[in-house]
Amino acid sequence: MSVPLGGADPGSAAPGTRVPVTDAPAVARMADGEWHRLHPLTPLLRGGIGLVAVLGIVLANLRERLVDMFLSVFGVDESQQGGNDYAGDPIDQIYQHGLVGWALLALAVLLVLAIALFYLAWRMHSFRIGDDAVEVRSGVINRRHRKARLDRIQGVNVSRPLFPRIFGTAKLEVSVAGQDANVELAYLGSQLADGLRRDILLRASGAAAAASGQSLQPAAPGQSLQPAAPGQSQQPAAPGQSLQPAGPASAQNRASELITRRLNEFVRPELDPDAAPPHSVVSIPPARLIGSIVISEFTVFLLIAVGLVVAGASTGRYWLLVAVLPGVIGSASFYLRRFTRSINYSIAGTPDGVRVGFGMLSTSNETLPPGRIHALEVMQPLLWRPFGWWQIRIDTAGKSKQKGAAGQPNTTMLPVGNADDVARVLALALSAFATEQNRLLIQAGMTARADAPAPGAGPLFSAAPRSAAVLRPFSWRRTGYRIADGIVLLRTGAVWRRLVIVPLARLQSVEVRQGPLRRSLHLAQARLHTVYGPVATSLPVIADSDAFPFFTAVADGAIDAAESDRSHRWNTPA
Amino acid sequence: MSRRLDVQAEWHRVSPKYVLVVLVSSLVSGVVAGAIAAVIWLIMQVSWGWLLLVAVGIVTVVTLIVAPRRARSIGYALRDDDLLFRRGIMFQRFVAVPYGRMQLIDITRGPVGRALGLADLKFVTAAASTAVAIPGLPEADAGELRDRLVELAESRRAGL
Repeated sequence: MSVPLGGADPGSAAPGTRVPVTDAPAVARMADGEWHRLHPLTPLLRGGIGLVAVLGIVLANLRERLVDMFLSVFGVDESQQGGNDYAGDPIDQIYQHGLVGWALLALAVLLVLAIALFYLAWRMHSFRIGDDAVEVRSGVINRRHRKARLDRIQGVNVSRPLFPRIFGTAKLEVSVAGQDANVELAYLGSQLADGLRRDILLRASGAAAAASGQSLQPAAPGQSLQPAAPGQSQQPAAPGQSLQPAGPASAQNRASELITRRLNEFVRPELDPDAAPPHSVVSIPPARLIGSIVISEFTVFLLIAVGLVVAGASTGRYWLLVAVLPGVIGSASFYLRRFTRSINYSIAGTPDGVRVGFGMLSTSNETLPPGRIHALEVMQPLLWRPFGWWQIRIDTAGKSKQKGAAGQPNTTMLPVGNADDVARVLALALSAFATEQNRLLIQAGMTARADAPAPGAGPLFSAAPRSAAVLRPFSWRRTGYRIADGIVLLRTGAVWRRLVIVPLARLQSVEVRQGPLRRSLHLAQARLHTVYGPVATSLPVIADSDAFPFFTAVADGAIDAAESDRSHRWNTPA
Repeated sequence: MSRRLDVQAEWHRVSPKYVLVVLVSSLVSGVVAGAIAAVIWLIMQVSWGWLLLVAVGIVTVVTLIVAPRRARSIGYALRDDDLLFRRGIMFQRFVAVPYGRMQLIDITRGPVGRALGLADLKFVTAAASTAVAIPGLPEADAGELRDRLVELAESRRAGL
């Protein structure tokens, strides 16, 4: 019915199978609406953790025996005192009863059974990418068939955990909204995963359908995207393809090529050169990354804790030092993990949305199609202010199971960056809004202390009345909103500065509330409801006379924006 | 003394019988809390237990007094493109939900409400915080409103 997906990876496929010479045809063939299987190494990679666990248990149980063997090799004879220690041990029992042959046979049968099961599971696990849906069938006894509509895609994530990455494979995850509603293709050949992502996004965008409607020739990936991608260089050859030998090569050559390719994959940033204009890429210098991780509230907490412990120890309570040791080790690994996860960060705009990649050993690379961001927050903790660093977090409806940058869920769009980086990321994430004329607005939202009226125009943000100082002594001047170009901006926080941006087209509902305290101060509280995420989309204080103008404007704006929204098929010609 | 928030709209109020549901439920919770306080005072012999009992009594009486007004404060309005919802006197809350944002509509009936022929309708969007729940609708009205909302949502279908 189909050829195993080793196609993209000549090194792991048997020489007898039909190995395509280049990847492009392979990809075109994979997204043809037929059922295909995953990479043949999948059982090994998926079961890898289980295998390690079983080995660990066996080793733990045999530890004493192994230590004993080790000692006896070095001539330490312990048989006098310890010879009968393992009288009840199954291995001794088997040996004493002469059952070695049976035991070995049982082991062999188990192994064969396990391999057969794994093989069967692999045979039964297949996927299909049609014109409007991605489907996965899996399971041997309990069959499962999952189908996700392409116009409901919230994001496509290609991740490469360390172990599968060594074998040149990757995991493709298509997220749709809902709990545990992701379609996971694990594992695929590395380049095949990239190709499939491009193909899925192309079909989801509606561009493929539009192209095939106009001309009957099959649309080549990347070619029907012309209107949306000016300046996109048409590179038919993906990196690594030039390494393909035309004629039969010797096994040695192939092996060295394979290693070169793997090495290239390891060092090259996670971006398709044909899909990402390089000038838009934001990069984080390692020094800044380390600084941002070290200069955090957690470090302050840690320093206080260490100070207390030292003070305690200096008065003779040395047990304190021992007690906090696990915590110290834990925080060291916390820092290290955040670092390795956030390094190699890259962000780029592609015709099919923003692509965020990061990771050193295990990498992850998520594409968010346009209009999938429900709320966005530009945030600056107090400690970052002297350095002018900012962080950007987002709310999305579908979440990848892979952890994102900094080990947080996949909601951190920019772990750390200066104001220029923020502007660049905003231009990618909210391309319709973050234009030159709104630059001033965003700047005011990020840094303005109070509302300085713009030259020639009224105030940029609404201002909270003076009475709000009772509730927000520091930030009441900054607290305000602005509705512009189908976007609501909420500015809050003077110590922890925050600018929240909510596209009206994604807004679920709007709320105004007022309790007795705020009523006596002539204030109210407004809140925008978006999908679940880390961004707090509320305005803690607003003048009560201003509350309903805001409420009405947002409610009407949301209706208009939802009507004109076309982002579920973002490349369909209107 | 102070300005109250208000929106001009064609507010539909919930059934007057809903007051009874609120009264019964606050009475039941008052009795349960009172029983706990009594146990603390009389059986566990905690000296300040009577204070607890008095506090429970006061809270219950106040709740019973404001119950009719609280029930009357709940309202909804079907505007052209969105559903407007309000509730609360002391703590006022106004929500506007575009019809197209509907994910599903829940109709539930509690024991007291069922005895009175009332049902609660819940409008669920992709945001958990929307929390638009219209209690105390006559059962026939609830079903009608649900069908109407579903129909409106269908004609204004939006993405997520």
